Amino acid sequence: MRAPKIAALLGVLVSLAVAAPAMAEQEPLAAQKWSFSGIFGTFDRASAQRGFLVYQNVCSNCHSLKQGYYRNLEGIGLSEEQIKGFAAQKSTATIGDDGQPATRPATPSDHFVSPFPNENAARAGNNGALPPDLSVITKAREGGADYIFALMTGYADPPPDVKMGDGMNYNKAYLGHQIAMPRPLQDDGVDYTDGTKATTEQEARDVVTFLEYMSNPEMEQRKRTGVKVVLFLVLLTGVTYAVKRQVWSDVH
Amino acid sequence: MAGLHKSDVKNPVLNWIDTRLPLITMVQKEYGVFPTPRNFNYFWAFGALAMVQLMVMIATGIFLAMNYTPHVAMAFDSVERIMRDVNFGWLLRYAHSNGASMFFLIVYIHIFRSLYYGSYKAPRELLWILGVVIMLLMMATAFMGYVLPWGQMSYWGATVITNLFSAIPLVGSDIVTLLLGGFSVDNPTLNRFFSLHYLLPFVIIGVVFLHVVALHITGSNNPLGIDVKTPQDTLPFHPYYTVKDSVGICAFFVVYACFVFFAPDFFGNADNWIPANPLQTPAEIVPEWYLLPFYAILRAVPSKLGGVLMMFGAIAVLFVVPWLDTSPVRSAKFRPLYRWFFLLHIIACIVLGMVGAHKPEGIWVLLGRLGTAYYFLHFLVIMPLLGKLERPLPLPESISVPVIRRGGGPLPTGAAAKPMEKV
Ligand code: HEC
Ligand code: HEM
Repeated sequence: MRAPKIAALLGVLVSLAVAAPAMAEQEPLAAQKWSFSGIFGTFDRASAQRGFLVYQNVCSNCHSLKQGYYRNLEGIGLSEEQIKGFAAQKSTATIGDDGQPATRPATPSDHFVSPFPNENAARAGNNGALPPDLSVITKAREGGADYIFALMTGYADPPPDVKMGDGMNYNKAYLGHQIAMPRPLQDDGVDYTDGTKATTEQEARDVVTFLEYMSNPEMEQRKRTGVKVVLFLVLLTGVTYAVKRQVWSDVH
Repeated sequence: MAGLHKSDVKNPVLNWIDTRLPLITMVQKEYGVFPTPRNFNYFWAFGALAMVQLMVMIATGIFLAMNYTPHVAMAFDSVERIMRDVNFGWLLRYAHSNGASMFFLIVYIHIFRSLYYGSYKAPRELLWILGVVIMLLMMATAFMGYVLPWGQMSYWGATVITNLFSAIPLVGSDIVTLLLGGFSVDNPTLNRFFSLHYLLPFVIIGVVFLHVVALHITGSNNPLGIDVKTPQDTLPFHPYYTVKDSVGICAFFVVYACFVFFAPDFFGNADNWIPANPLQTPAEIVPEWYLLPFYAILRAVPSKLGGVLMMFGAIAVLFVVPWLDTSPVRSAKFRPLYRWFFLLHIIACIVLGMVGAHKPEGIWVLLGRLGTAYYFLHFLVIMPLLGKLERPLPLPESISVPVIRRGGGPLPTGAAAKPMEKV
């Protein structure tokens, strides 16, 4: 009676084992160590704040982050005052008292202001290529944070046999290796105020941490709640099982 | 046959109600003392689980719908708002999207359970058919739900699947236009899919009700696949199976919660986090995992109409399984050969699932064809023949005999066993 069950289990395991490598056909990404991975992972605040600086000084010139709010920055440890001050430097579109389009300083409850008013303007500013919105970017790419990191650090001189398209840049991580985005991160491209050395790798690590936060601002709350919920459910399962044994004790 | 019901309920108010509308008596009869085979294993918890999960889907869905906007320009953003601005909106959304995967997992296990223990055989044919109807409705519901967040996979999945209907001769393209509300997937499509996605779960409730009514007419099958003969073979549903099902439900919720809280995107597709773009086709268009085997069958034949027919045939064949299986024995426990073919069938379904996730190239084409061939061979050839050729093992006398023996030595059946009905 047992043999078919064991065989069934084996069959399932074998097919899964065959499936796993087959599913990862693409070039393997180097897996990075992230503060936010794992059940107990949290966002490294210092890294996310440096990442915000990178986003602010570099990426935000081309990329929008339109689902994010300035108030979200509280989640990476900025104070309310800092956020207010920061938002106020940005101006966002509104309608003036005279009924004409106007601008006003942004507030913490505003969405991140986009660099371009619309898609055409964004393309016009980027050789016809469209810089994607970064609000959920780490979820919107296979490989997530590891992929974005690989992309940021993947710029190199093209091999001699590769003919590059007009305005294209060689990148090892990008599908097809030719990307319209010019290399955004350079060593010492940003001035870190906390003494961290601004290598390309460090900047990439920081900006990815920030983008992962913006993609999942609920993550820490989600995991914290999850630990409690799962512990409770495990306990409940145990108690229910004990009751079941009790109820069934006169049957077996 | 009109007339007041003679109620046993003690409480005078409840008695007054029960006399006029005997709901309490009904629940007592169908879920209280309902005689249930005493030898269920935990696979029998999956029916109750499916019921619970349907309720979870409807509850989370109703709250999502309060915050969702079915418009092409706003749908994606409105889902993002649910994730970011609605209190515990991320929980609603992840419970719903992972809940769909869990629901299919449960129902697929429930179906394979029925196949293994022969639960579809007389007199439970209609019960089984209603189950297949539920599965079909679930697929339609999930497919339309997947369109709602209006990501790339939503849009292109809808395009590919609705396009299948164009393979139907003569009226195909008219049907597609009708489904889409236009000539391509657009705002009218999203609107009608939302409307239907809200409606169908309630249709499912209706069919589930019939499914349960049918079950309570025939009574449950059991792991031995033999009929209940004496009251000693059964236990009252409550408290024995209410508590046993509760164990299954709690354990299942542990798994479900792990996905929702720790790996909410495990079943997801990265492309669906990119807003729908009619001008850019994704590199690969793949449906959700629970539709992959059928998608693989669709692509296993080089002709479009042929593929569509095969895909629908794969579900249609399930309807006639009760008549394809000619074996007089229900449970595969006593069918030494069928057991192995059953195992092969599971493997074929898993392989088909993997094939569905890959571009039809190289080895995947061959695997897809082999899997498809076996899927149909299993039902159309092996099932009818095996029933005639196989020599089943001897069946036990009754349900209570082996159960009692396992417990504490042989007992004379009937006389010495404790009367179960009065509990
Ligand atoms: C000069 C403008 C510019 C800057 C600055 C810039 N990007 Fe880009 N980015 C682009 C363009 C244009 C594309 C689209 C590339 C394409 O389609 O080939 C792009 C694409 C991307 C992609 C998507 C790649 C893919 O797999 O599709 C990511 C992720 C990205 N950028 C991240 C960043 C980050 C992080 C920064 C800041 C460190 C940054 N970008 C700075 C212009 C820019
Ligand atoms: C049979 C039960 C149901 C199934 C199998 C189901 C399945 C799904 C699926 C697969 C999605 C896409 C999830 C995603 O990727 O985000 C979805 C989304 C959605 N469903 Fe359901 N659903 C069910 C019941 C309901 C009900 C009853 C309602 C409303 C009353 C509902 C409302 C919604 C809404 C508003 C969305 C879009 C929000 C989102 O994408 O998260 N669902 N559903």
